[in-house]
Amino acid sequence: MFRRLPDLGGETVNFTIDGRPATARLGDTVAAALLASGMESCRTTPVSGAPRAPYCMMGVCFECLVTINGIGNRQSCLIPVAEGMAIETQKGARSIASEYSAKGDAA
Amino acid sequence: MKTIKDVAALSECYDLLVIGAGPAGMAAAATGAEQGLSTLLIDENPAPGGQIYRGITTTPVAAKETLGADYWRGTDLVRDLTASEATYAPETTVWSVGPAAEGPSDPGRMEVGVSVGGAARLIQARQVIAATGALERPFPIPGWTLPGVMTAGGAQIALKTSGLVPDGRVVVAGSGPLLYLLTAQLRAAGAKISVMLDTTPHENWGRAIRYASDFLRSPYLGKGLKLLLGAHRGMRIVRGITAIEADGDSRVRSVRFRHGSKEEELPCDVLLLHQGVVPNINLANAVGCALDWDDDQLTWVPQTDEWYETSVKGFTIAGDGAGIGGAESAALRGRLAALGAGHRLGRLSAKDRDQMAAPVRTELMRAGRGRRFLDVLYRPAKAFRVPKADDTIVCRCEEVTAGKLRETVALGVAGPNQMKSFLRCGMGPCQGRLCGLTVTELIADTRGVSPNEVGGYRLRPPIKPITLGELAALPKTPAAIKAVER
Repeated sequence: MFRRLPDLGGETVNFTIDGRPATARLGDTVAAALLASGMESCRTTPVSGAPRAPYCMMGVCFECLVTINGIGNRQSCLIPVAEGMAIETQKGARSIASEYSAKGDAA
Repeated sequence: MKTIKDVAALSECYDLLVIGAGPAGMAAAATGAEQGLSTLLIDENPAPGGQIYRGITTTPVAAKETLGADYWRGTDLVRDLTASEATYAPETTVWSVGPAAEGPSDPGRMEVGVSVGGAARLIQARQVIAATGALERPFPIPGWTLPGVMTAGGAQIALKTSGLVPDGRVVVAGSGPLLYLLTAQLRAAGAKISVMLDTTPHENWGRAIRYASDFLRSPYLGKGLKLLLGAHRGMRIVRGITAIEADGDSRVRSVRFRHGSKEEELPCDVLLLHQGVVPNINLANAVGCALDWDDDQLTWVPQTDEWYETSVKGFTIAGDGAGIGGAESAALRGRLAALGAGHRLGRLSAKDRDQMAAPVRTELMRAGRGRRFLDVLYRPAKAFRVPKADDTIVCRCEEVTAGKLRETVALGVAGPNQMKSFLRCGMGPCQGRLCGLTVTELIADTRGVSPNEVGGYRLRPPIKPITLGELAALPKTPAAIKAVER
């Protein structure tokens, strides 16, 4: 859907999308990093399960919600991607139960 | 300028709090700090610039001509801000603004809920300037929720911040000067745009022509001609578009459109939509500012005085959030707003304030010349504001269609707030940002009354989601604890 302009330079950041390794350019927001990685959709809706992707890139549409480092409903267009970040596409509504148990497992 | 990235590092109280680091916010913060006011500038994004100057200090797009001279003009605003004594808090969200419950008797003193990296706090401000800018007008067509369909502004942000260009078969659709600007920028960056679908209604030209003389003497003319001529080179433009539909399964695959009596379908990988920008009034609405329906700009506009103070004392709106005027006008209005706040805080006499404001007002007059022509010419067509097809999604979050809304109006539901309890429209995470105008206009149209009579969503804080954990961690007043004790 998007491609990166050639010869931009800059540092590379390593992160994962649903466990798969990917790279981004330092300074990318998570949403931009996902678009650049060739991802088609970042979540499915809680109402009908329809796929959605970033729409406004400026924090108003809430279509780019993903799970970042175990926390759901993050607006990926407002958050800079960071080294080692674990990004997961979100299925339906954010699940407090799964986030809570994930935290418990880690502890 | 001092940068703060930790909520605990913020002061208890600022003379002036500015929300949004676009042109209006940067100018307001610099002007406030210049008067010696303790000034805090809060912004959601990682770097200053707002949307029009998005990524101006960080963009990897080095070739100046790609984004154009108007973009790089933002550099001056950043320089003034950086040189000022203002405090700047990036990646920080304001989720509520309300009257401060306690503290010195300072009329207009506000309590502001802010959040940084998952930690919330309440701070106070003696004056607040909201420079929350604009957002792209909703563009409800069948299939606009499909992945691959984006706002043209969204694609521009991806270009500015990350050097990304849409790939494959790219179609841009809509109307307005920004559509041409965004298209030119994307093409200059190497995007191949197969077709532009121009939805500007033919009859708008007849209405706009009487405002043409101002436009012909304005700086818009030269810029507009350059963009129009450029657009014609190497790209098909179809004018007089009356219907657009995006089709696909897991993402957009094709776009269907009608012009005159002809219908066409083209394969499409990325569809970029844009039909102008409207004030982002969510915060103003939640604060309780009086809003009026503007029949020219087809949107809600906050009532403001000549210093942009709203009906809520101490709460000022600068820039496009108080009515669309463009980046240059926004910066000037930011300066005026800060001068007004400085006077109310006793820092400037009325005489000094007016003297400092005079040259700014002259500039503002000049910057606004020709605007009316553009507003009338690019007034978006009704077909793209009030969707005819019943299966068109209006509320993207709750997936409420135009047909469902019309059915519910027929049941006797008279306004957007009742509509919430019937259909949940406007109650998803975007809080009506992407459907508010459509729902108001659709109800008005179905009932045959004016949008002003129908009204808009009544919004309440938090205007951005915060977690229960953040709320629970906030300090409570004894009165608040008593209120829930038994």
